[in-house]
Amino acid sequence: MAQALLTNLHETAAVVLFGVGFTVLLLHRNLIKKIMGMNIMDTAVYLFLAAKGYINGRMVPIMTDGILDADAYINPVPSGLVLTGIVVSVSTTALMLALTIRLYERYGSLDLDEILMRLKEEEPS
Amino acid sequence: MSRPKDHIETSRWKRFQNWVNGETDILLDSMEIRQPEQPPEEEPISGASPDAGEAHPYTPLWVRPFQEGRSLRYFRRWYQVMSVLVCLGMIAALLWTVAYLPPFGDPANPANNEVAARYIEKGLQETGAVNMVTGMILDYRAFDTFGESCVLFIASCCVLVLLRLDAADRRMSAKERAEREKKRREAETEDRVFEPRHDVILQKCACVLVPLILVFGIYIVLNGHLSPGGGFSGGAVLGSGLILYLNAFGFEKTKRFFTGKVYRRVTLCALTFYCLAKSYSFYTGANHLESGIPLGTPGAILSSGLIFPLNICVGLVVACTMYAFYTLFRKGDL
Amino acid sequence: MSIVQNFPFFSIILAMFSGIVSSVLSGKKARNLSIAMILAVFVLSLSTLAFCWGTGESYTYWMGHFPAPWGNEIRAGILEGVTASLFSLVMVLSVIGGMGHTEQDVEASKQNLFYIMVDLMLSSLLALIYTNDLFTAYVFVEINTIAGCGMIMIRQKGRSLSSAIRYMILSQLGSGLFLIGLSLLYGVTGHLLMSPAKEAVTAIEAAGAYQIPMLMIVAVISVGLAIKSGLYPFHYWIPDTYGYATPTASAILSGLVSKGYIFLLIKIFYRVLGQEHVIASQIVNVLFVFGLAGMVMGSVHAILQRDLRRMIAYSSVAQIGYIYMGIGLGTQAGMVAAVFHVFTHSITKALLFISAVGLYEASGDRKDYHSLRGSGYRARLAGIGFSVGALSMVGFPMLSGFISKLLFASSALQTPGKRLPTLIALAVSTVLNAVYFLRMVITIYSIPGKRTVKTGQTGADAADGTERQNAASDSGSTAGSRVRSTWNLRLAVLCLILLNLALGMFSQPVVRALEAGLEMFA
Repeated sequence: MAQALLTNLHETAAVVLFGVGFTVLLLHRNLIKKIMGMNIMDTAVYLFLAAKGYINGRMVPIMTDGILDADAYINPVPSGLVLTGIVVSVSTTALMLALTIRLYERYGSLDLDEILMRLKEEEPS
Repeated sequence: MSRPKDHIETSRWKRFQNWVNGETDILLDSMEIRQPEQPPEEEPISGASPDAGEAHPYTPLWVRPFQEGRSLRYFRRWYQVMSVLVCLGMIAALLWTVAYLPPFGDPANPANNEVAARYIEKGLQETGAVNMVTGMILDYRAFDTFGESCVLFIASCCVLVLLRLDAADRRMSAKERAEREKKRREAETEDRVFEPRHDVILQKCACVLVPLILVFGIYIVLNGHLSPGGGFSGGAVLGSGLILYLNAFGFEKTKRFFTGKVYRRVTLCALTFYCLAKSYSFYTGANHLESGIPLGTPGAILSSGLIFPLNICVGLVVACTMYAFYTLFRKGDL
Repeated sequence: MSIVQNFPFFSIILAMFSGIVSSVLSGKKARNLSIAMILAVFVLSLSTLAFCWGTGESYTYWMGHFPAPWGNEIRAGILEGVTASLFSLVMVLSVIGGMGHTEQDVEASKQNLFYIMVDLMLSSLLALIYTNDLFTAYVFVEINTIAGCGMIMIRQKGRSLSSAIRYMILSQLGSGLFLIGLSLLYGVTGHLLMSPAKEAVTAIEAAGAYQIPMLMIVAVISVGLAIKSGLYPFHYWIPDTYGYATPTASAILSGLVSKGYIFLLIKIFYRVLGQEHVIASQIVNVLFVFGLAGMVMGSVHAILQRDLRRMIAYSSVAQIGYIYMGIGLGTQAGMVAAVFHVFTHSITKALLFISAVGLYEASGDRKDYHSLRGSGYRARLAGIGFSVGALSMVGFPMLSGFISKLLFASSALQTPGKRLPTLIALAVSTVLNAVYFLRMVITIYSIPGKRTVKTGQTGADAADGTERQNAASDSGSTAGSRVRSTWNLRLAVLCLILLNLALGMFSQPVVRALEAGLEMFA
């Protein structure tokens, strides 16, 4: 198993990063760090996809020389997915940051637990 | 190990730890920090209760009820233990999976490559794009990409809802109106701290850089089907050029060509064109009709059918959205 | 290709296009456009359904000039048609019913943005229903999440902001898991479209290769979508989210959004991973256990609430548990019951949320139980609507909830291993449902102002008590002082009641359609 992990070094790194990002997003109390965790998690998936698409000794899929042989180029599909994914994660990050700014303006804190506590004091449900 | 215990408090490790935890600023005392000329008012921004600042060794509010008892320590420990357990569990499960995946860099990775092979062999002829990734995302899988533009569009709408401070309207009561006006004025004053006051170095640099950045962005957008790049990357470069221009010369200069109205119109036109063009192409494709859009000579700038105009549309939307995000985060107005 | 076959594509693009156009319209125009668009989508979906019912088979539709493994595709069949028509109907009724409150809760200059979110929400739901491509599903899941978050935080009060960020955090966890599952699946099969991916998965199964990756893929995708739809241990964002959003948003979020993810999960089980394989992997048992826990715990929490809308929100947790329990049974009958309950719940929850608006409008906008006493007399139709919804959730015959409970019970009887726990959980949950819903119904139909001030209270409390009593008797001293709800609210409540009755009394055709639709899925 260790041998297999070493061969798939990029995928291994990607899933380790994914685990770290996932945990930070789930269990960290600071909103900014949560957003960072989310970005780490997304980036890890892109690393994973990019590693999936790579094939040893092949070119980027841009056919400037007129070679149309499938054995000459790497797999273009994961690259396209990464492009799409990046835009999605930019959008969610912007939205989360905007929400964080509004919460900070209102409660003067970035700690989610503290915000919820204040909220309970303000308007008990 | 031989160090006496009280030195730990002042040791490098402790200072590093404090810095990581955000409790001290490592640059404090070691670097001169220029305060803005008109410092914003000292009290925290509206709504924050006064004791937020002084609770210095950081104690979150939810902790306070526990503080007397020993349960606090257990609770914090529980948080840490859970984090480590979740993290390790997640990583272990995924590593176990990765170990059985096909090896990295292998031609049989993924096991089945017929889709990629077909894209490369037939893609140039079918889409007219030399850059196969662009050809794939704007022709073979164009529906995904349209969805993705809509993600950006709806995210910018959400940020508008959250951060735009609108002028008071007739329906509001007098008090609300006064409050709104006050908030807008506050945002303006706060923002003035960032406005350049004839910063010569910045302005001269911007004079040289902004045209270069904009031309480079336009190049990336226009060559999306021929070389690495495309609407999204080029649009992001264009947006960054606009942001640099704004930072160097201030809102008075950018207001001449970029207002909320311009933003809305550009986004509307670009997305409408995108929507209509792709609907046409989907409709003809599904009904097995000829689309009648010439693909041109591969490698020429005016080639690859719809991909070229679509890249321009996407570039416009992305550039405007990036710039709009920046101004909204800065002062809540376009 | 007949013109009707284009309709699923038309409805998705129509919804997206009206969202884009709404960005330059005024709030009122955007609202009218949105309502007209959703009605058009309803008609289009009904004709798709009629077409598929007529031909008796499903069809795929190329999104572009390229067939299955190369270009995007959507797919329409009976199940898709039924779901799309029902979702658009519930959506338009929620928009109409909550119209007045939307105007109050949302700033005037930002109203059109709310309707952009409604439009794009519908388009993403339709895309999740019709898609035949895994990555398209991911992109539209994200649109759905962001639109949902926008609809929650559009009120811009403290509670809605904090619940929006909690919703975003959990949704992002779910999306991340879904995305990594997708990438793993791509790494193993090399396909993103559902039909070729299923062929590849079947081949892998037959060869016995990649057993552990396949197990992980099933686990990660199911858990990701379960988190997003609010299955029990991940439910903590639900009460705040549904309880404090504007009523239209609450109805849409609880009735439709979580159901969209469940529909996608069922679609992936059948059309990508293969139902037999999923059952063999034991993941369904995990969903089953969490579903049972959700059924009981959600109801227990609902009993403890003192705010009407939070109670309805916790009841959603329980109902999501029912749906996952049905999926977890792992039989065709269980799946039919689960899908039927998806419909029941979306109609009933929309009805409950909209009629709750009528009730507390008639009680001076207070949502605690005491102020709501007698509100059933003050707002007649809303009271009737709430009672119908409550009885349907409890499982009163003639209403749709009864049919879904019947389906659950009968499918449990056919599943030997899970018979006893399912029946026990159904019984317990039904009793608990009855406790909190019937208590609420009794509250809204009891004569207000009867509560006497207890002796021994502190002065302030006593003063508060008498003041309340006066307020209550002011507003409801006679049944004649009725508050007439607005026409749109009454229209929505009436339509939803009729829909609920229709689904309860003429359930046979629907169940047959679901069975046929699920057959087509496989």
